[in-house]
Amino acid sequence: MASKVLHAIFTDDDILMQAVKALREKKYSINEVFCPFPVHGLDKAMGLPHTRLAITSFLYGLVGLAIATWMMNFIMIEDWPQNIGGKPSFSYIENMPAFVPIMFEMTVFFAAHLMVITFYMRSKLWPFKKAENPDVRTTDDKFLMEISVNEMNVQAIAEVLHENGASEIKLIDNK
Amino acid sequence: MYTMSSKIKLFSLILIIVGAIGLIYGFIDAPSSVEDVKEMLHAEHDSHGGESVAMEGAHASEEDAHADEHAEHVFHQLQNKPWAAIYVPAIFIFLIALGVFVFYALQNASQSGWSPVLFRVMEGISSYLVPGGIIVYLLLVLSSLHLNHLFVWMDPEVVAHDEIIQNKTAYLNTPFFLIRAAIYIVGWILFSKFIIKNSRKMDEGFDLRLHKRNFKLSAIFLVFFIVTESMMSWDWIMSIDTHWFSTLFGWFVLASILVSAVTTIALVTIYLKGKGYLEHVNNSHIHDLAKFMMGFSIFWAYLWFSQFLLIWYSNIPEEVTYYASRLEDYPVLFFGTVILNWVLPMLILINSDFKRVNWIVVFAGVIILLGHYLNFFVMIMPGTVGESWFIGIPEISSVLLISGVFIYSVFNALAKAPLTVKHSAFLEESKHFHY
Repeated sequence: MASKVLHAIFTDDDILMQAVKALREKKYSINEVFCPFPVHGLDKAMGLPHTRLAITSFLYGLVGLAIATWMMNFIMIEDWPQNIGGKPSFSYIENMPAFVPIMFEMTVFFAAHLMVITFYMRSKLWPFKKAENPDVRTTDDKFLMEISVNEMNVQAIAEVLHENGASEIKLIDNK
Repeated sequence: MYTMSSKIKLFSLILIIVGAIGLIYGFIDAPSSVEDVKEMLHAEHDSHGGESVAMEGAHASEEDAHADEHAEHVFHQLQNKPWAAIYVPAIFIFLIALGVFVFYALQNASQSGWSPVLFRVMEGISSYLVPGGIIVYLLLVLSSLHLNHLFVWMDPEVVAHDEIIQNKTAYLNTPFFLIRAAIYIVGWILFSKFIIKNSRKMDEGFDLRLHKRNFKLSAIFLVFFIVTESMMSWDWIMSIDTHWFSTLFGWFVLASILVSAVTTIALVTIYLKGKGYLEHVNNSHIHDLAKFMMGFSIFWAYLWFSQFLLIWYSNIPEEVTYYASRLEDYPVLFFGTVILNWVLPMLILINSDFKRVNWIVVFAGVIILLGHYLNFFVMIMPGTVGESWFIGIPEISSVLLISGVFIYSVFNALAKAPLTVKHSAFLEESKHFHY
């Protein structure tokens, strides 16, 4: 049998959460859940690992800080240390307060933008990307759960889904 | 119901006694005459190897006159030292209690859903407003009786020769100063008494009128507070450097107060939770407090830097002396406060998981409290003892003395009411608060 998936539709996020928990208890693995809005606690119920986006953001911030420091040091201290209004340009530390606004903004700029780009890349989002929507109603008011099945367990899984309040269950070929 | 353990009672009494002895020693140790100082300076000078041995005879009398002036200057600084030593922790810890009450009023006025299980902790710490206010006011009265020279504008001889201070005497004169201080302290205490009384009354049964009354009182208090806090920081701290002024000074002090206050709430909460009281407090509450600690630390650093950058950048002589004296005589403390109050708390508390771990929050909290004590130290000492500062027996023992009084009165107050409020509009939400 070619690989097949079950598409179960739910009408309420509480019922969806219940079904997720019931399936996880029976050790069936859920491929994907499509929701019209963020369901609080769904990631925990599905056992998804924690995001590491915040860690990347921290590192990008450090990169931004380093670039700002290097840039201001090279331009203002090393390359052309002019006397501008009596500000001490003998060493970086002596004139540092004047560079702090730039260092701060560059840190925030790098941390924010590179994190957003990382998010787009990791979640494969870009303009003209073909939408991967199994059912148009999931962007409006329905929740859809996708579970891979084989001949051995398709009946059992369908029963669990039915018991836990799925309003539609479809067996379809996985593309 | 919490009962104050005998250990805490003993601990705070030991702190008070040891602190008092140290402080008395500090007063006795202070030189009593200019001659003593001259001798001391002479001994110091000799130990430096006598660089000025080859002094020319013609200059000798001039040098002598200068040395006399210097000795008198140092004499005043050393006489101020134990006074400034007690003044710093007295206002710092009093303002912590005030900050805790402000945070409490903010929770009422913002109708917060997470904090009602911590209300009694905040009320307990706010109770230090009474003893702390008395200590601070006493010190201010003693200063205005010319027992010390903490406030240079209180000295009529100085004012007579100082046109800049003369122009400020409409605001900076002793009677008005004491009246203002009384208005602030009495006002803060009265608000705290009324609001806490309503909260205690609510234990007998939920009453929407009491809830609304506390909401209104808290909102009015916050308006009263922000005006009086700003003036308080001019009076009690900025007027020490009478020739200097800064417009964001009130905010800078406010940031210091708020972060120390939130830290104190967190420390007391973790202590009581560790002892098995406060059953409804979970690590999400600690997480929220730690977030406030980190946020206010960054806010403090923002104001510290804004004040420094603007004055450093424009470098106007009448403003920049404030920082020149601090950079010259207090370089380690001056930059050390930035590391203790901003760099370390930010790096420690940036991690979401760390903010839920009690010992990490306590570790960060101790750093923050130490850093903000030093922040007050750097605000007050340069104008009172100048280059003669030292963190020695009088300084450390005054901190022990005041924190002993603080710990005693806070835990004594905590034992006076159940540690969790019985009724509050948001109590149920707070018990199940989860982040």
